Amino acid sequence: MALAADGGDGMTDDVAVLGAGMHPWGKWGRSFVEYGTVAARAALADAGLDWRDVDSIVGADTVRGGYPGYVAGATFAKALGWQGARVTSVYAACASGAQAVGTARAQILAGLADVVLVVGADAAPKGFFRPAGGDRQDDPDWLRFRVLGATNPTYFGLYARRRMAVHGDSLEDFAQVKVKNAAAGALNPNARYRKVVTAEDVAASAVVADPLRLLDICATSDGAAALVLCGMDFARRHGVPDPVRIRAVSTVTPTYPNTVLDLPDIATDSAVAVEPAGVGFRASIARAAYEEAGIGPDELSLAEVYDLSTALELQWYEDLGLCGEGEAAKLLREGATAPGGRIPVNSSGGLASFGEAVPAQAIAQVCELTWQLRGTAGDRQVAGARAGITANQGLFGHGSSVIAVR
Amino acid sequence: MSRTRTPVVADWFTGEGEDFRLLGTRCSACASVFFPCEDSFCRNPGCAGGELVAAPLSRRGRVWSYTDSRYRPPAPYVSDPELPWQPYTLIAVELAAERLVVLGQAVPGTSVDDLEVGMEVEVVPGVLDEDGDTTWTTWHWRPTGVTA
Repeated sequence: MALAADGGDGMTDDVAVLGAGMHPWGKWGRSFVEYGTVAARAALADAGLDWRDVDSIVGADTVRGGYPGYVAGATFAKALGWQGARVTSVYAACASGAQAVGTARAQILAGLADVVLVVGADAAPKGFFRPAGGDRQDDPDWLRFRVLGATNPTYFGLYARRRMAVHGDSLEDFAQVKVKNAAAGALNPNARYRKVVTAEDVAASAVVADPLRLLDICATSDGAAALVLCGMDFARRHGVPDPVRIRAVSTVTPTYPNTVLDLPDIATDSAVAVEPAGVGFRASIARAAYEEAGIGPDELSLAEVYDLSTALELQWYEDLGLCGEGEAAKLLREGATAPGGRIPVNSSGGLASFGEAVPAQAIAQVCELTWQLRGTAGDRQVAGARAGITANQGLFGHGSSVIAVR
Repeated sequence: MSRTRTPVVADWFTGEGEDFRLLGTRCSACASVFFPCEDSFCRNPGCAGGELVAAPLSRRGRVWSYTDSRYRPPAPYVSDPELPWQPYTLIAVELAAERLVVLGQAVPGTSVDDLEVGMEVEVVPGVLDEDGDTTWTTWHWRPTGVTA
């Protein structure tokens, strides 16, 4: 079921990206509110709009702001100066940003708002992410730490070892993902890590969760990203007849039985009663986006994927349909996903260069698509970029994928 | 001083020695198995719903994947910060009869070098940690010596 971009009656299912902005990623030691406000102001300036022109603000929540599920939308609205906008706050772990974009799009397409500001920001703690405190035996996230000490990197280690056993991926393949992404990040002024990394550097870094080393695993960062979205008519009236357009937002859940062990679960669903669908959860996230956009992987110019680990980037190649199952390392070795290749992946530098700022990250992926599709990505520009996809997965079963075109 | 042996989570496992089992539930209508237990509703969306009854899981399975934790995990994992960190191994095990994968720690002394994907392991009772008057018990996976 593909949604036509223009049904011929003047109606459209696209929304325009009028502005994109970021606060650079790093460890800055300040409040997430400040980062988000910087990104929001940058996106508004990029859009050529005043904050008071915004009808609705959607905040992607951080859980680290001193209040569980921090009410981000209103917090940013207050920091920008109360002006009465409609407010929404969303939380979906790593997929929060996609939910914020999806919410903004729905409001625009439903005619509830002309212009929506989307903001996500985080100030990440040092070290491993950890669950909220207390004795909470009804929380799977708390239980996996209490019972197993299963940090996020241990799940990444399980996936990486499984790929090595099933597909023959090597530690050198994983290292090459880091080398590629670090080279891209070195060209990105918003990235936290801007040094070239060699395969030897990766091999010399400490093992965190066998077989993955420190440089295979993304850091946790402070950062913020924001988008100004509007209807196509508004963009035209605003003097932007050919904006970057968001054509699909996939926020699907898994299909029972979900047979790949997923954070923060201790076990998968059982496939005893129901035969699993041919497509796993990650692939179903991309499939929903492709169907909604009416385009396929062959039509993409670039992809921004969630490289929580180097091995996971390879997994996404297959789940996005950039290659067949088990062929990701071959695609990487051929240089297809490097700058200048057939389908550059993580031209931004990815999480390898940014580190994860949870509620901001999926929004940052869309910022990168926006700059690439406008042709304003500077030294990391993908030549002739016309269509891009973002992909990501949030804890507990939150799909996240956005397709943008120009 | 003798400590009381208490499961780290109530009702996730049962029995001693050869009778030790992980404890799930099974839907009496569609036969779906759930671990950790579902007690109220079957999660199969195509199932009209049946009574959920206790279902001890298979003792033996095959290694789906494995890893280890070279750095001390944060709380609520319990470890003595005064002692040097001892990495432990985690194994994800595929149970053929239940068609699901269950994570667990390996028995102490099992390193990633001892493991291969596809290797057979069995569930055994283990100790997670101890405090004042309580020994917190858990389950561990132990290689049976049968390889892939």
